[in-house]
Amino acid sequence: MNVFVEAVVTAARLTLEGSPALWGVIAVTFEVAIVSTVAGIVLGAPMGFLMGASRFRGRRVLVALTNTAMGIPPVVIGLIVMMVLSRKGPLGFMGLLYSVDAMSIAQTLISTPIIAGLVSAAVASVPGKLRLQARSLGASRVQEALLVLKEARLGVLAAIASGFGAVVRGVGAVMMVGGNIEGKTRVLTTAIVQESRMGNFGMALALGLLLMAITFAMNGFLTWYQHSNERYERG
Amino acid sequence: MLGVKDPSLLRQRTLALLLAVVMLFGLAACGSAEEPVEPDQPAETPAEPVETTEVIIASTTSTEDSGLFEVLIPAFEADNPEYKISVVAVGTGQALEIGRNKDADVLLVHAKADEETFVAEGYGTDRQDVMYNDFVIVGPESDPAGIKDGDDAAAALKAIADAKAKFISRGDDSGTHKAELKLWAAAGIEPSGDWYDSIGQGMGDTLTMTSESEGYTIADRGTWLSMRDGLDLVIVVEGDPVLFNQYGVIPVTDANNQEGARAFADWIVSPAGQEVIRTYGVDVYGEPLFVPNAQ
Repeated sequence: MNVFVEAVVTAARLTLEGSPALWGVIAVTFEVAIVSTVAGIVLGAPMGFLMGASRFRGRRVLVALTNTAMGIPPVVIGLIVMMVLSRKGPLGFMGLLYSVDAMSIAQTLISTPIIAGLVSAAVASVPGKLRLQARSLGASRVQEALLVLKEARLGVLAAIASGFGAVVRGVGAVMMVGGNIEGKTRVLTTAIVQESRMGNFGMALALGLLLMAITFAMNGFLTWYQHSNERYERG
Repeated sequence: MLGVKDPSLLRQRTLALLLAVVMLFGLAACGSAEEPVEPDQPAETPAEPVETTEVIIASTTSTEDSGLFEVLIPAFEADNPEYKISVVAVGTGQALEIGRNKDADVLLVHAKADEETFVAEGYGTDRQDVMYNDFVIVGPESDPAGIKDGDDAAAALKAIADAKAKFISRGDDSGTHKAELKLWAAAGIEPSGDWYDSIGQGMGDTLTMTSESEGYTIADRGTWLSMRDGLDLVIVVEGDPVLFNQYGVIPVTDANNQEGARAFADWIVSPAGQEVIRTYGVDVYGEPLFVPNAQ
């Protein structure tokens, strides 16, 4: 039990003392998570909207592929990105391996299918009659799309939260393409792996608590945002 | 690694002491319950030699990566059919921590000073030399620091630092990392800067990253030999006596399977175990990976 008490104490101490090394790790964690979530929204949300709101040839295949991609283990994504960015790989000339950019690329490949898949499901659940009604009242295609997105916003927010959650807690891919370099590519999850491997279980657990606090804060923000919107709607 | 190493060391001491106290209480509580069971076992074992018990060895990733266990364990199990070995391969720091928590029965690690402390603090029953291998400094063929064919490890590290050539450090408190830090200290350099990457990973990952980054690193010869075909690296320094790496075996005090731990420790320093070590790797690499040196 002592190790758990120790972990809480260490987590509090780390946060209060705020060593520059720790802030560096947290900054890189945020950078990778935010860049890859935003990129995941930019790439995944339109794709999800198309899959959920329109009918086209090959749509089912695309949905099945997206759902499969959601389940690919991060470490496999990491392996593929690593091989592509390796000096012997096709994009090796860019010299991106073991950089924050490489981590953001790998994490974007993880967040995109998650956001696409969940946005698609959220959009598909908007009643078709509503869209028909909007069109019959003279709404343009764009206005109709905005209406659908507005109706599906809870699901869309959940999709964004899931995407962020997946990239902030991921370890397999960022370890492989980032390399856990101190002061450069070390993030909370890779630091946790390292501290546990070194036998510093208290420190590892403390970093885990910090990671949970970050995820909690992010989800708390999204929930608050949802609620405040609903209250506004109800008047 | 987060710049809080020293204060946390003190805390770890306190934590270890607290743990020890808790364990003592635990032992006192269940000691009486366990003891009557013990006398039965020696009588049973010869009667039913097919019944096996598990022996957990905590060892290091570099030992596992060398492939030694793949021949060592079958040989031990052939000689001792009553035991079945499971290996947990982690960093030396974690291996010792696993030992302190009694989650392993026996340790096979390579950080002599730490091992002796481990035994002195009562976590291990005793420590015996088993074998040694050596570290090599590897780097890119282009050799930007100009240290090829050297045999002075400290001088080589100084040249790397002076040239600000990329150096990848294990940075994981492992035996190899500790050996590296000792060498930097001997060279009178405190390595830091953009050229020095501390990655907190195992030997295999470190070699891969070194090759990709066209940098230098220190590797144990076993892992180096087993991975060199896939790497764009060559040995630049070898043979310096400071690069020798001694392995020890330690049965964990009050381990779950004390007989098994003792049997393994006795076997690996016996002529049979030492012979397996002496011949391992010769057929594949043309040279042995480890030199047995049990007393």
